[in-house]
Amino acid sequence: MATFALEGVRPQEVTVEVDVRQGLPTFMLVGLPDRALRESRERVRAALLNSGLEFPQKRLTVNLAPAHVRKAGPSFDLAIAVGLLAASGQVPVEQLEGYALAGELSLSGDLRPVRGALNAALGARRAGYCRLLVPEANAPEAALVEGIEVSAIPSLSRLADLLHGRWTPEPARPAEPDPAEARAEDPDLADVRGQEDAKRALEIAAAGGHNLLMVGPPGAGKTMLARRLPAILPPPSFEEALEITQVHSAAGIGNGRLATVRPFRAPHHTISAPGLVGGGSRPMPGEITLAHRGVLFLDELPEFARVAVDALREPFEEGRVEITRGQRTLDFPANAIVVAACNRCPCARPPDRCACTALELARYQRQLSGPLVDRIDLVCQVQAVAAADLVGAADESRRSSEAVRERVVAARRRQLARLAGTGALCNGDMDGRLTRRQVPLDGRLAARLLAIRDRIALSGRGHDRVLRVARTIADLEGRELVGETHVDEALSYRLDTWQRVGA
Amino acid sequence: MTYDSCDACLRRAFLIAHLAPRIAGLLGNGQRRGRGLLGLPENELIAAAAGRQAERALAFMDGFDVAGEHTRLVDANAVVTCLHSPRYPSLLRELPDPPAVLFAVGSAEVLELLQDEPAVTVVGTRRASPYGTEVAYALGRGLGAAGVPVISGLALGIDGTAHRGCLDGGGVPVAVVASGPDVVYPRRHRCLHERVRRKGLVLSELPPGTEPYRWSFPARNRIMAGLARVTLVVEAADPSGSLITAEFAKDLGRCVAAVPGRITSSVARGTNNLLKDGAMPVSGTGDVLDELFGVGIRRVPDTVVDTGPDDPVLKAALTATESNDSVEAVAAAIGRPIAETRAALGRLEVDGYLVRRDLGGWERRAL
Repeated sequence: MATFALEGVRPQEVTVEVDVRQGLPTFMLVGLPDRALRESRERVRAALLNSGLEFPQKRLTVNLAPAHVRKAGPSFDLAIAVGLLAASGQVPVEQLEGYALAGELSLSGDLRPVRGALNAALGARRAGYCRLLVPEANAPEAALVEGIEVSAIPSLSRLADLLHGRWTPEPARPAEPDPAEARAEDPDLADVRGQEDAKRALEIAAAGGHNLLMVGPPGAGKTMLARRLPAILPPPSFEEALEITQVHSAAGIGNGRLATVRPFRAPHHTISAPGLVGGGSRPMPGEITLAHRGVLFLDELPEFARVAVDALREPFEEGRVEITRGQRTLDFPANAIVVAACNRCPCARPPDRCACTALELARYQRQLSGPLVDRIDLVCQVQAVAAADLVGAADESRRSSEAVRERVVAARRRQLARLAGTGALCNGDMDGRLTRRQVPLDGRLAARLLAIRDRIALSGRGHDRVLRVARTIADLEGRELVGETHVDEALSYRLDTWQRVGA
Repeated sequence: MTYDSCDACLRRAFLIAHLAPRIAGLLGNGQRRGRGLLGLPENELIAAAAGRQAERALAFMDGFDVAGEHTRLVDANAVVTCLHSPRYPSLLRELPDPPAVLFAVGSAEVLELLQDEPAVTVVGTRRASPYGTEVAYALGRGLGAAGVPVISGLALGIDGTAHRGCLDGGGVPVAVVASGPDVVYPRRHRCLHERVRRKGLVLSELPPGTEPYRWSFPARNRIMAGLARVTLVVEAADPSGSLITAEFAKDLGRCVAAVPGRITSSVARGTNNLLKDGAMPVSGTGDVLDELFGVGIRRVPDTVVDTGPDDPVLKAALTATESNDSVEAVAAAIGRPIAETRAALGRLEVDGYLVRRDLGGWERRAL
């Protein structure tokens, strides 16, 4: 019997073998099962009996192969039950050829939904199965995968009918995108008054997939702005949507439908490193993975534990997280735009009333150094908005998310065409070498940028960041060549003026 | 030749280093400053500082190995000059208690430069405000570019920034430290120590290897004041070490200058009080140069003078940054879209008219 375990968010094929022979009635379950899985014996026994089927009073041995992989959770119930039925001759074995199944049993014999049905369907297709049997509630999600027939099974007795040829289920229909999700329109950029500078920075961040740091006093609207980023990102492509849904399905937070909006995750600053990048003895995806293809918002960045923020280094560089626990290493996708926010100084008062000394400022900013800040391409200010502006008449120039998104999509399309075959999807993905190759500067501009490097102490990496951002600004304008004003604007967003006391 | 000291002076200098912990204990008990103590003849110094340890101090004097120390100093590439050497800075002799020997690391020619060129001491608080930092840097840079040696104490805050400015202006920095010249204090300034040593001089009255003591900071302040024609205080609390330096300079009859600060700022209290007491107000490098050489005789070279941008948009943006804090406000003031304003601000920073505050916002560069 074939079923699928979750290795992180990846499906791992598991074969359930059942041996039935004469002897004292026992039920052995081997193959590194966890507690929930060990209890599967009781569920299977009750479910079989309550479905009018027979539970063989013999010596039963169930092996979950490969035996060295730890298995967890109740999704093997169905495969074990069907294995027992086949081994005891209650259903025809040959019928099961090319079938894979996944499902949790209730004591009554009904099937309950499991986590990771989409992942199981993807795994089954790759492993060459032609049909996947899943609980009814999971069927629409699993049916999103093309090229494999998905059948919704309501209960164990129905499954027996199916195998005997007494019942033929309708092929499951792929889940429609949640109309509620689409209707619950993302908050619009036009709702935010003022903050034109921050909006411009958001637009550039969205267009190039750049990480962004917003600096401003509490209550200025940093969170409000960050929440609006998913809406100006291009809508997820089908593959991206599948990736998002897969992650959510594995984490058990999906709604069984195809995701149509990019995720927005805003973990609290007390989060631990495993919470952020994933972990646990049975590794679960972290916030960065849950934000895959979407936005990870880190409010009050200096308040985050240093280890937690440092743990983000790998996802930044690789777009995925590798977690090693015990003997195995799991791999989670983790490609999100990070938007961070912080105050200008520890006292968070406006500059003219700030009482922070240079030393306190230096300490605060040291909190901000490290691998994360090294990967932030843009920094912008968010100003406290005067109360009068909030109640004043709506101004005409407000940019709506829709208009911004159009520009972003056009810019992304240009990048995709230019970066085809390099492995990068947007300017933010480019590494140093690729950046220098992809952002040609005319001789005069290059010489000027070199002169700037000495004047404002721009590091090599800072230089590349400026080029990347300049490239995106040019893309937004629809220019093929990066010009002087693009570089100047990019320079004004850079984040590397940490005046090292003592250097 | 970098070694130029008579044996008696060398012995005296090492005696002070030997007694340093005793002096620390002595000054810890009520007497706040070692004023006068360092000017005493050896036997009185021992009697005053050593107390019951006097015999050991005398034994140290008797057993002092002049030749051995000489070799060690020469091997360590130290620049050594005693009171009786023609290379000893003549201005320093005016002190009531000049150090017997100056130990230094760096280029020996700087000592000659100090004989020929009037120098300026720039001091201030360790807890500098961004304004103080900017001013100290600009003054250090301007003076350095004008060829005036900039003396300071290599401390955090204003002192270090003045050194940095001087280095960036291509000038000659002179650091007077409270430890031995080769000992880096604070540790955070090891890079700066290295840079100053390479382009200028790090000097001290304590022999190489001596750790700093509390008393040795005000003691080195008298050397800073003694070496310079003008002592310029950028930002200082009251009371503070910088004001001690200013007092030494006043006692020597030298010019004391101060940079005006905001009256609400605690680190401007010392400087503003100095101004009330008649110190020379300084609002730019030119003021200091005029005091040193006479009005208009020497100027800061054009390469570091701010002539303002030519482009009208840049000019407008630069003016707008003075009264506006946010990019939006600047954009509104010059009537341009955000993107263009950002580009203008970036350009102004590149061209050196603006400096970025650490987490956003811009400030006009002083000078």
